[in-house]
Amino acid sequence: MKEILVFSELTPNFNIAKVVFELGTKAKELSQKLDNAKVSAVIVNKHADYSEIVNSLSKYGFNKVYLVKDDRYERYSSELYTNAVCNIVNEIQPEIMLFPATRLGRDLAPKVAARLNFGLTADCTEFDINEKGQLASTRPTFGGSLMATILSKSQTQMATARANVFKAIEVAEPANIEIEERFYLTNDIADLVEIIDFKPFEANDGQNIVDAEIVVAGGMGMKNKEGFELLKKFADILGGQVGASRKAVEAGLADVSVQIGQTGKTVTPKLYIACGIAGAIQHLVGMNMSDKIIAINSDPNAPIFKNADYGIVGDVFEVLPKFIDRFKSV
Amino acid sequence: MKIIVCIKQVPDTADIKWTKNNTLQRKGMDSVINPFDEFALETALQIKDELKNVSIRVISMGPKQAENSLKEALALGCDEASIICDKKFAAADTIATSKTIATAIKKNFSDFDLIICGQFATDGDTAQTGPMLAENLNLPQITYVRKIISIIDNEITAEKETDYGIETLKVKLPALICIQKGDYNIRSAKIGGYIYAQQKEISQIDFESLEINEDSIGLKGSPTYVSKAFRPQTEHNVQFISVEDMVQILKGGQE
Repeated sequence: MKEILVFSELTPNFNIAKVVFELGTKAKELSQKLDNAKVSAVIVNKHADYSEIVNSLSKYGFNKVYLVKDDRYERYSSELYTNAVCNIVNEIQPEIMLFPATRLGRDLAPKVAARLNFGLTADCTEFDINEKGQLASTRPTFGGSLMATILSKSQTQMATARANVFKAIEVAEPANIEIEERFYLTNDIADLVEIIDFKPFEANDGQNIVDAEIVVAGGMGMKNKEGFELLKKFADILGGQVGASRKAVEAGLADVSVQIGQTGKTVTPKLYIACGIAGAIQHLVGMNMSDKIIAINSDPNAPIFKNADYGIVGDVFEVLPKFIDRFKSV
Repeated sequence: MKIIVCIKQVPDTADIKWTKNNTLQRKGMDSVINPFDEFALETALQIKDELKNVSIRVISMGPKQAENSLKEALALGCDEASIICDKKFAAADTIATSKTIATAIKKNFSDFDLIICGQFATDGDTAQTGPMLAENLNLPQITYVRKIISIIDNEITAEKETDYGIETLKVKLPALICIQKGDYNIRSAKIGGYIYAQQKEISQIDFESLEINEDSIGLKGSPTYVSKAFRPQTEHNVQFISVEDMVQILKGGQE
């Protein structure tokens, strides 16, 4: 039976990272075009009780989970995880393997691919199965100005996708999920990288903005800190979160944790309001999959308008206070 | 201490134009050192500033024009430069590229202590070549490095940014690190540096010198290939509205 394997990253709180559910949902969709391939998850981690985790995976279309356990896996290690993933891929030989394009995934996947000499396509924004049954992975290149669809000749076709690119959809009736434990000897594996300290980010480091239904983002048009305070006020009355363009972050107007775009976070809210953002392609790739986009900019020719559903041409320092005022009074 | 910095020459993304066939319009295009590789170079140069007996070799795989970026790196303070260039290397994906660079390093500069790469390149944005190079050279890796804390007794300590916080990691050399943008400035080259760069010869590494199997490099050695390239179509057709309209739209449940 054909199989699609998803590397299932755990958060430090021992939960499945949300992106894994998104990949599971997508994998289930692909499986319908791939002889109803089995959709499985592989978890590499310590010895523990996985019943809740397994239960959550079954809600997102996974048919099977491989638990690769060893107490040396408690903390992520490039070397140990590469070894575990290569072993399981060699054993089950899935047609497709998907990794989250998280920092962990981007450390692990290329190492696995190089060790197995398999092709790997990074940061895909769409997956499909073509008429020959191959995985067709589409990804932006050159800062999003060109899309490329990439195929792989490898026995296992590997690809990564970022969080928030696909939607996680709970299945109506979760099927029984099969659990299989696998153990690999790790005694002989030297992990040359030693962790000596870990400082967690405060206040979930911009996770709010990734999960937000409304994102209000500011660019250089917001000019200064006061501009971003105005933006915060605007976001608050809409119940949204404040994000920023790379330029605004580099100018010190906003924290890098809320940077949206190619080198920042990808957001797909129901509503995205770009304020004083010109709309460089590097920014657009991080937000152009939002359901609805409103752009406010004084330059009618700003590229952001080509990517917006609604546009207001005007000075943000006039538009926003006026909006806040009217919105409250209606 | 011997450091190798791997750099890539990329099109200036602000300046990209495409032909009708969706290939790069190279004519009149500005090429620059990949911005993340500038941080890799700066990191190496800072190590050279701090420690004694540090030499930096900068390597690039790419067309002959990539020598411009190597000259720039020499002007900044790198000691040696090499270009891995051959028509047979062309159209390589990250698997074939990392294999080619690994072979070149093993064959010519195997006595290195540290390899520094940029976290990713702004053209392909795969972030794969660094870790794949580490794997091909059988080296431990630290990715997403934002700061080097110390290099003592052949051990490097660095800060890595994960999705959840900052890890401080220590690894014995030789090792490979991938640098992401740090919160420090990048130096500019001085006139003396340009004079050095002008006089310095860039060593050439071609297909023949590597004694590598032709099937493992270039297009043939690439397990992935592009089947289609297209310009993204924006689905939006902007409707210009007033502030009043916007209030109505947002009050009406975002419809």
